[in-house]
Amino acid sequence: MAEREIDPVTGIETTGHEWDGIKELNTPLPKWWLYSFYATIVWAIGYFVLYPAWPSLSGYTEGMLGYSSRAELAATMDQVKQSRVGWLTKFEEKSVDEIAEDQELLQYAMAGGRAIFGENCAPCHGAGGAGAPGYPVLADDDWIWGGTPEEIYTSVQYGIRSAHEDTREAMMLAFGADEILEAPQIKSVANHVMSLAGAGQSTAEGALIFEEQCSACHGEDGKGLREMGGPNLTDGIWLYGEGVEALTAQIAAPKHGVMPAWVDRIDDVSIKQVSIYVHSLGGGEK
Amino acid sequence: MNESSAPAGRPQPLFASHEWVYSRKVKGTFRTLKWTLLWLLLGFYYVAPWFRWERGEGAPDQAFLIDMASRRAYFLWIEIWPQEVYYLVGLLIIGAIGLFFVTALAGRVWCGFFCPQTVWTDLFLWAETLIEGDRNARMRIDRAPLSLDKAFRKVAKHGVWLFISAATGGAWILYFGDAYEVLPEVFTGRASPTVYFLIGLFTTTTYLLAGWAREQVCIYMCPWPRFQAAMFDEDSLIVTYEAWRGEPRGKAKTGQSFEGRGDCVDCTLCHQVCPTGVDIRKGQQLACIGCALCIDACAGVMDRVGLPRGLITYDSIANQIARQKGEPSTLRPVRPRTIAYVAILALVVAVMTFSMATRSRVEINVLKDRAPLFVRLTDGSIRNSYTYKVLNMERQAKTFELSIDGIENAQLRVIGFEDEWTDLAKLPVKPDAVGSFRVLVRADRARLDGKSSDLTLVLEDKSNGAVHEYDAAFSGPAR
Repeated sequence: MAEREIDPVTGIETTGHEWDGIKELNTPLPKWWLYSFYATIVWAIGYFVLYPAWPSLSGYTEGMLGYSSRAELAATMDQVKQSRVGWLTKFEEKSVDEIAEDQELLQYAMAGGRAIFGENCAPCHGAGGAGAPGYPVLADDDWIWGGTPEEIYTSVQYGIRSAHEDTREAMMLAFGADEILEAPQIKSVANHVMSLAGAGQSTAEGALIFEEQCSACHGEDGKGLREMGGPNLTDGIWLYGEGVEALTAQIAAPKHGVMPAWVDRIDDVSIKQVSIYVHSLGGGEK
Repeated sequence: MNESSAPAGRPQPLFASHEWVYSRKVKGTFRTLKWTLLWLLLGFYYVAPWFRWERGEGAPDQAFLIDMASRRAYFLWIEIWPQEVYYLVGLLIIGAIGLFFVTALAGRVWCGFFCPQTVWTDLFLWAETLIEGDRNARMRIDRAPLSLDKAFRKVAKHGVWLFISAATGGAWILYFGDAYEVLPEVFTGRASPTVYFLIGLFTTTTYLLAGWAREQVCIYMCPWPRFQAAMFDEDSLIVTYEAWRGEPRGKAKTGQSFEGRGDCVDCTLCHQVCPTGVDIRKGQQLACIGCALCIDACAGVMDRVGLPRGLITYDSIANQIARQKGEPSTLRPVRPRTIAYVAILALVVAVMTFSMATRSRVEINVLKDRAPLFVRLTDGSIRNSYTYKVLNMERQAKTFELSIDGIENAQLRVIGFEDEWTDLAKLPVKPDAVGSFRVLVRADRARLDGKSSDLTLVLEDKSNGAVHEYDAAFSGPAR
């Protein structure tokens, strides 16, 4: 420390530190403050010893207590699982329809199903079941395979055109590619289908072809046949795009979306919850 | 504090040892006022958790209770949900501005009379004086070698301190649980580890802060003294020594006249009674908490030497200067600064009182689904969906009726409650609970204004006819 120097203005000693002519007055801190500071250093050393602290090239010092935030998380997750047990047995015992009737279980399934949906279904069907071209909207009331909780449950379990033996299966003939119909015929039947949904002009030829080739699966009125997996063509909701061109393409060489069977991928309780959630998105049927 | 006591020639150390303050007992107006406040404040602190307040079935009946587990706070007739925490913010703003106002008016009244640090230190000092005696006796005991008497007094003192500390920590937790249940639990070892930890924590801090740290808290730890100077001005009444009258000071000798000298007899009693070890005659300083005990001490001395009181008194700097020059008194309690504080204070109090008096015990939170924004249904109509939450803060189950307004022919459904499209849906909500509903609204495309239409969700409380409206947006395809 520098020589003892008294600041003439205040009469207080300076520390001897000087910056650009400004001198620091010595206003001593209390000793207990200093000792508190030392105590924090001692505390830190204790912490180093007890808890993970120093990184090394291949890992880190683990500390004597063996604490790890990963293990703590695992323990918390175990607790969460324990707290769910009561709920899960209820879900195991009840059918999807029964769950949908029970206020409490319904709320639980809507919350749980939402998370399951986000992890497994949203990549194709979009968040909230918004859908995408080729991937059906789940928030509307147009159901190809049925919209009751039980029917949704079946669809989720076994999938659509999946590898599972109980899969829902429907194939549309490739009317153009397999040369069943001529191009003009396809065009006129496409126009007829458009007219069913309230747009475009129908022709007698188109109506006749529809009756011969399409009504077996889509119904005579075009409202679809769920048992055949034939979509409703009158509601203006199109899975593979809107307009005559998209329709023509679909009739000539149909695309067929595939949904996997979830029964082998996630547990039954999760499938039940996600079915309830999809049902609750808004378009569910009784 | 800054005055160096280091021997000449040697540099002052960077760290100063704690010099124990032995404050002397004093009698007088302000001491009496401080005792009165102490008993009132401590009395309220220890007694308040035991008051009951009937709130009906299912609700706790403690008058002052902060229920962490179920996230409710109760103050007499007022019940606060976490969503209403802004009332606490309002209370803090009122507290802060009130503090500014009082400080501008009469200095550190809070520090000297109301601050828990001051109140508990006073209580600890009272116990210390009772066991070890007054200033001189205490200094003698501390200097004396260890004896049976000294050991006994020290053990007794710390025992009493620890008892008071434990009672302080013990009373604190009573505000967070039913006092009549928690206290027996604590004594029979059935309370939760958290409760014991908190009692231990508050016992330790009370013991250390009021017993050992005392004025160190005010000088080194508390931020308030650091910015109080911004609240003072030359018209603030502060505890001050009237140097113009007191100087030059000197010992008074019997029969000697006070002609040609100051009134201060240099008895240093003002310094001896100070709980923070300040000599007020050196002027206003950071360590002075404005407790006014030096005023009491000096008044007694002035009475004895037959001079008027008020050598140390509440006075403003401006008034002192005026009196020194023989000019008339210039006390200005009403001045722009205090008027501004009162105006802000009145405004905040008015706003808070109004919002408190008119607050609704039903609150609505609505979250519109954004993915997808809207859905086209098979019949061509457009549907939106909302998460609709009703906070029923009353202690009775309620059935609300939800309807919609703003779009002609629009209808609604509530998942799990109303399965068909309808104009009116019944929403049951349990008492003191949040009801969460998934509400779907359907509207004809022709009735919409394009991408966004105005929709009002109208909730009627059937129990009292109150209507709660929420203005929502209804999305649709662009025209």
